[in-house]
Amino acid sequence: MPKRVDIKKILIIGSGPIIIGQACEFDYSGTQACKALKEEGYEVVLINSNPATIMTDPEIADATYIEPITPEVLEKIIERERPDAVLPTLGGQTGLNTAVKASEMGIFDKYNVKMIGANTQAIHKAEDRKLFKEAMKKIGLDVPRSALAYNMEEARKACKKIGLPVIIRPSFTLGGTGGGIVNTEDEFEKIAELGLKSSMISEILVEESVLGWKEYELEVMRDIKDNVVIVCSIENFDPMGIHTGDSITVAPAQTLTDVEYQKMRDASISIIREIGVETGGSNIQFAVNPENGRMVVIEMNPRVSRSSALASKATGFPIAKFAAKLAVGYTLDEIRNDITKETPASFEPTIDYCVVKIPRFTFEKFPEAQDILGISMKSVGETMAIGRTFKEALQKGLRGLEIGHNGLDNKKKYTEIDDEKLNQRLKEPNASRIFYIKYALQRGMSVEEICRMTKIDPWFIFNINEIVLLEKEIILSSRKTRGMGFDSGLLLQAKQFGFSDKQIAQLIETDELAVRNFRQKKGVEPTYKLVDTCAAEFEAYTPYYYSTYESEDETRSSDKKKIMILGGGPNRIGQGIEFDYCCCHAAFALKELGFETIMVNSNPETVSTDYDTSDKLYFEPLTFEDVMNIVDKEKPDGIIVQFGGQTPLNLAKNLADAGAPIIGTSVEAIDRAEDRDKFSKIITKLKISQPPNGSAVSWEQAVSITKEIGYPVLVRPSYVLGGRAMRIVYNEADLKIFMKEAVEASEQRPILIDKFLEDAVEVDVDAVSDGNTTVIGGIMEHIEEAGVHSGDSACVLPPHTLSDDIIETIRKHTFALSKELGVMGLINIQFAVKNDEVYILEVNPRASRTVPFVSKATGVPLAKIAAKVMVGKKLTELGVIDEKKIEHVCVKESVLPFSRFSGVDIILGPEMKSTGEVMGIDTSFGMAFYKSQLAAGSLLPEKGQVFISVKNSDKRNIVFIAKKISDMGLEIIATKGTAKVLKSNNIKVKVVGKIGEGDNDILKLIGKGEIKLVINTPNGARGQSDMKPMRSAAVMRGITCITTIQGAQAAVNGMEARYKGDFSVKSIQEFLSV
Amino acid sequence: MTNTKRKKAIVVLEDGISFTGFSFGATGTASGEVVFNTSLSGYQEILTDPSYKGQIVTMTYPLIGNYGVNKEDVESRRPFVEGFIVKECSRIASNWRSCDTLDNYLKENNIIGIEGVDTRAITRHTRLQGAMKAVISSEDLDVENLLKKVRASKGLVGKDLVNEVSCKEIYQWNNEGEYHVVVIDCGVKLNILRSLALNNCRVSVVPANTSSVEILKLNPDGIMLSNGPGDPEPLTYVVKTIRELLGKIPVFGICLGQQLLGLALGGRTYKLKFGHHGANQPVKDLKTGKIDITAQNHGFCVDIESLNKDEVEITHINLNDNTLEGLRHRKLPVFSVQYHPESCPGPHDAQYLFKNFIEMIEENKH
Repeated sequence: MPKRVDIKKILIIGSGPIIIGQACEFDYSGTQACKALKEEGYEVVLINSNPATIMTDPEIADATYIEPITPEVLEKIIERERPDAVLPTLGGQTGLNTAVKASEMGIFDKYNVKMIGANTQAIHKAEDRKLFKEAMKKIGLDVPRSALAYNMEEARKACKKIGLPVIIRPSFTLGGTGGGIVNTEDEFEKIAELGLKSSMISEILVEESVLGWKEYELEVMRDIKDNVVIVCSIENFDPMGIHTGDSITVAPAQTLTDVEYQKMRDASISIIREIGVETGGSNIQFAVNPENGRMVVIEMNPRVSRSSALASKATGFPIAKFAAKLAVGYTLDEIRNDITKETPASFEPTIDYCVVKIPRFTFEKFPEAQDILGISMKSVGETMAIGRTFKEALQKGLRGLEIGHNGLDNKKKYTEIDDEKLNQRLKEPNASRIFYIKYALQRGMSVEEICRMTKIDPWFIFNINEIVLLEKEIILSSRKTRGMGFDSGLLLQAKQFGFSDKQIAQLIETDELAVRNFRQKKGVEPTYKLVDTCAAEFEAYTPYYYSTYESEDETRSSDKKKIMILGGGPNRIGQGIEFDYCCCHAAFALKELGFETIMVNSNPETVSTDYDTSDKLYFEPLTFEDVMNIVDKEKPDGIIVQFGGQTPLNLAKNLADAGAPIIGTSVEAIDRAEDRDKFSKIITKLKISQPPNGSAVSWEQAVSITKEIGYPVLVRPSYVLGGRAMRIVYNEADLKIFMKEAVEASEQRPILIDKFLEDAVEVDVDAVSDGNTTVIGGIMEHIEEAGVHSGDSACVLPPHTLSDDIIETIRKHTFALSKELGVMGLINIQFAVKNDEVYILEVNPRASRTVPFVSKATGVPLAKIAAKVMVGKKLTELGVIDEKKIEHVCVKESVLPFSRFSGVDIILGPEMKSTGEVMGIDTSFGMAFYKSQLAAGSLLPEKGQVFISVKNSDKRNIVFIAKKISDMGLEIIATKGTAKVLKSNNIKVKVVGKIGEGDNDILKLIGKGEIKLVINTPNGARGQSDMKPMRSAAVMRGITCITTIQGAQAAVNGMEARYKGDFSVKSIQEFLSV
Repeated sequence: MTNTKRKKAIVVLEDGISFTGFSFGATGTASGEVVFNTSLSGYQEILTDPSYKGQIVTMTYPLIGNYGVNKEDVESRRPFVEGFIVKECSRIASNWRSCDTLDNYLKENNIIGIEGVDTRAITRHTRLQGAMKAVISSEDLDVENLLKKVRASKGLVGKDLVNEVSCKEIYQWNNEGEYHVVVIDCGVKLNILRSLALNNCRVSVVPANTSSVEILKLNPDGIMLSNGPGDPEPLTYVVKTIRELLGKIPVFGICLGQQLLGLALGGRTYKLKFGHHGANQPVKDLKTGKIDITAQNHGFCVDIESLNKDEVEITHINLNDNTLEGLRHRKLPVFSVQYHPESCPGPHDAQYLFKNFIEMIEENKH
């Protein structure tokens, strides 16, 4: 069927900021969809509040609205743009929920907008647990026994009927928030209540526990003519009970016979038909009882999901792109398979390798939270690895995870783990269980015993045991031959089992390079195979490779000049989509210049690992070994390491030493910026101020430095990103605690100690330099004071309180530093301004987190320019001469994951904790800030009660803020101390007790949902934890909670702007063309 | 076990290319045509599919044997493949229905297996050069010796493999059912019989060389031309039988059955470069435009051009290479498909064809 001609303009809803459960996979899917629809001649309108996405690049859609994703904003856009249709299935749960709400509000009917892909009825049927279960029963499929409850009484009744353990699942939430596994009655009370609250419609499902069953997912696609194909099957390594986002998963399914697989396939096809997803992709989850094969349906996502991004990367079948084409009426047989060119998309991909996805956690950022896994997702990223065996893919994945493991290695000595700890780590699902499985095997525990304790399928444990056995063999063989005399057959087998050179080196007590040389001498070299959707049945034209150790290599070489771009690996807090954005831009820019671009990355969620992004894609871990192997194969003319965040930068030195041609800012320059002593010399030379500082490798040194410069000090390890382990330290006791942690985070490298500038304004600068000329991309003034990590702080571009003199000084410093360091490409500098003096905090001669934000705000594609500079273009040649002046105001706000980690304090500090960002854009600071808060989900109220409690030093500043809030007609509630100050300034205020003070203390008010906004600034020093439960409670209930006085000030500006009148929306293309 | 201690094995292709790996299953030497199968699951069904007689099967999916073998998932009385090539044979069988490992199963059934070879390289080679003869051995590792053996071995073309797999005597598959269907057993997969039984058929299975007279004596309501191995051309005796039955009794042909029907209708067959062996082949119903994902296993095909279009209607084509997938006689109650509606292994999309067959029988009765 040809494409629909009754539709001309289509609105696509993006997924907004990166949060746990909704990451850059939706940038990947959304970008594909925009491109696919434009290619078909449709006019595409996009809404997405996340500036770090490729999809919000001005050239991707025809009209791009970087605006908050709410039904109200959607209406404003629809009113302006008058699209014929809305495609809601590519923007994750956010896109789906927003569309459903808009539809229910009658917005689509009012403007005659059709929903394509999935209609509200289908979405409801899939998302509403009751309707879904009924539908499953109707088509004869089995589901876990369950009952719905809308209040605690009903919940208790249901629980009694089904019997503990049960699972509580709230309806209409994201990534399983608020749900939980319940083993006892006490737990039941707690989790059921929370579940009812976190559900948008106060509905929970009390369900028979299928914990420990095998978990499977199928990715299904359907077209308008009811043709259905299964794109991929996924088997979870971790059994039911662990959110699939937190599970190690494997594609394809490993332990299902064809009979059982076909049963699941049949069920999936019936489900997509019954639910009524007309066109596009869906994800369906099943549980299988390992004892008897009973198969139950768990849930369905009637949209493109994280798993579909994984399935796309795992098979080469671009689900989102095809979903977009199917939505406008094409059928599967009318779409060509890009990879084979000759065959249609109406087939089921088959693969000839094993894919393992491993989640990446950041529990180290939230020390108060336990690393225990359950049905609420906690991971912040993932890595995918491809190998010819599960063993190979697993080990590649583990080293690609970048958590300090070189594979399934021996970071801990198995002999040093006691039985109790081992048993606990095996029984209770947790982030490091995979390693404990190995330790258990090493300690002689049987495969059966481990299966019993973990409920993981014996096939997986058996395979891990094969790794353990081979490891023993390697050790034995090296002992016999005193070193590396061992058989090349054994070496080959080790590589086929996925052992890294480093891992082998550790086993035989030598270094990585020695193993590498030995391996190359023995001719044990990797071969590269294609991901081709068809297991080599047809010729594949897309060079999408993975490494393995086989006999045939399939790489094809060309005569073009080649540039290799190293990606950022798995997302983590501090290194996420922003860096992938830069890598993609490098690929786009260099393609424009006629280079062959080669991308290396291991993150399946990203646009960079779309086979369309660069000319060649190597889906590989970002380690020295894996990258150097590709360098040997491809012999690139240049390698870009400064776009992928800290990951490639950490490899730079070793790569350069091994002869890899790194381009852009030199490795020495990077070191000069990072190394404290070398950097201090530059600063002195350039006469720039710097907070007094020093670096220490020992406790004694640290103490003597603090004596000299005085507390408080900002302390951090060198060579880390995202302020890992960074702290503000007020006394020696805290310093001691820090030193212990920091040594773990940065391994032998010095600890940096700076005098902490209290109440200073922090400024971020992004610039690009060609060695001679430096052009500033953007100067951003942070909202929160220096000391809050720049990644967590909101910021505004252009600066709104800095004087021209200060800005000029900042510019001068930027130029001087770029020149001095010989920057070729991007540079990011952080300054602090205190008492009209500009101090330099740090310099990063690489892409920064703010590059996409600056590019969106100014329309200057900084990363692209930088990539071109790195291959020798001059800025003047590129027409980049002056800093772009903008008439509008852009605010970047961070989005924090606190609601995922119950009990964790939400205070901002020098260690970065945010997962994503949004942008607010408007003509005034107030409105831009208001929009940014709305987009981040921190609603600034127009009426209701505001709770204020501030530390003493903020009491003077809060008066003005409180006055304005009061004047806008909101009620103020405060604790005694703050209330007193406000009252004496004639502000109407109601006093409330601190936690535990009186019958109606603040915690209770929060619990009742009576507070709409919290302003609570804690003391800098420790001990300010009495309000912590209040803050946590507020966050858990979705109440906006501001913890800095600057944040409160900005919020009031925003509220005032909104108070004066409603806001309007405008596309980024319009903003930039002014 | 580490590879250094393992027994080696080798595959030698007739063009001299060889791959060394490790032995599993039975030891010895075997020859046959190397084909690749792209199914991700269903190796036990593949091993026991009589259509693989004369062929050494390479599984493109590298991890085989994971769920072991069981009593139920067999498509005939024993495995028929000449040899089995995989990347890695699982030494653990993990599935609640499993009763043994693949390794033991092949040993018991005297099937030679080789693992640890670059199966993707073999697949690519086969795709580029075409399916070719090969020898697989774990007792003689000398490439020259084996190459002589390969070159001396007879290929599939022109060879009657059906008489090696067909039943020798008429037998009743089941005793109940409204419609009596006679299956001409050219190497029938059991799931064809099961599927017929499920569709209310009483099934009699007759050897491939049974004459039309004898078949008519059984008084069938319908005839099923089964799948089977190898080249249809030497099977002139079956073609003759089919010609004599056409128009008298409704006929449904599957796979080799379609090729034999094609020949009986005056068409030609030819050998595909490397055939279709897998569970993901898209087939389009030309009448409805609907697409079925189908299980396929054939190295020969009916030439679309050779068919008399006044008599024969092309009903289905393969969307990958536009080859013939289904035909129907315009006047007589006769139809066939090149793919496997009985699946096993593979998708169930085309199961409805058995119902269509029953409908045809019903119509013919009235």
